Amino acid sequence: MQMLEYPFSHSLKKTIRTFINLLPIIIGMLLLTSLAVSLFPQQLAADLFGGHAMLDATVGASVGGIAAGHPIASYVLGGELRHAGVSLIAVTAFIVSWVTVGVVQLPAEALMLGTRFALYRNIVCFFSVIAIAFLCVYTLQLFNQAGW
Amino acid sequence: MKSVNKKRGSGGWLFLLLVVVAYGVVALFDVDTAGRAIGHFEKVTGQVLPVLAMVFILLLVIDLLLKPKWIKRQLGSEAGVKGWMIAAVSGVLAAGPIYPWYALLHELREKGMYAPLAAVFLYSRAIKLPLLPFMIHYFGLAYTITLCVYLLLFSFVSGLLMRQLERDNIKSEPG
Repeated sequence: MQMLEYPFSHSLKKTIRTFINLLPIIIGMLLLTSLAVSLFPQQLAADLFGGHAMLDATVGASVGGIAAGHPIASYVLGGELRHAGVSLIAVTAFIVSWVTVGVVQLPAEALMLGTRFALYRNIVCFFSVIAIAFLCVYTLQLFNQAGW
Repeated sequence: MKSVNKKRGSGGWLFLLLVVVAYGVVALFDVDTAGRAIGHFEKVTGQVLPVLAMVFILLLVIDLLLKPKWIKRQLGSEAGVKGWMIAAVSGVLAAGPIYPWYALLHELREKGMYAPLAAVFLYSRAIKLPLLPFMIHYFGLAYTITLCVYLLLFSFVSGLLMRQLERDNIKSEPG
């Protein structure tokens, strides 16, 4: 592996630039979710996710797949959805879909990597998101039962 | 590239400005709600600050250790099991927006990169190494580890499925 190609100061400057670009997104998302939490009753999220595991996972994966933005936004939103009582399966589907399925990026992906590749990949990702949501939550439940 | 980065940077500030404007609009109609929202924001920000420091350190470490040239060299060659592993690990370590990575993958595909490896790479990007402290903060360590293991496993599954789909297509193509 080719390492430390640039001097430390170069990497530090680049990281500071990246971090400065990241800051308004983080602050903006924290402000936005705080506003959403204050404006909308928790019932709203509960209504969107009705409590049926498969349906909730599908809704979570669909919303996450359509949403675009920095992954931090999905963690913040996912955390707030959990606080609002939305199931972990739905939240997992939401945050994983946010970073694997890209409806907004689909035209760019199709242009760069081919339409068939982009379509197949996104369909595979969508279904795998639902599988991961269930597997992840059930694995955690097993760990809890085993007392780990 | 420089102008694209600049545009991305200003996009974040524009987003923040729009959120602040939204606060202003809400405050015009309901000062109490805006005040409650700011109170919630202060509380959450206090919790998130130490996590931000961790994110900064991880971003720096990744920038120091990983170079796009290295990824290009390893994935550009004929890929065996090692290639699949490198695709997954590179995806995990590949930071930043997706679009430059599409460009890199496009270039690699042009040079004969195995298509399922691109799927593995793109899938494993779901593990955002520098942002793991955030995930741990919101969902806990056990959840984060479990999810990351599944994401890594499914990056290979998606690669295998893509390989199968590509094969089926080649078979069904006339001639």
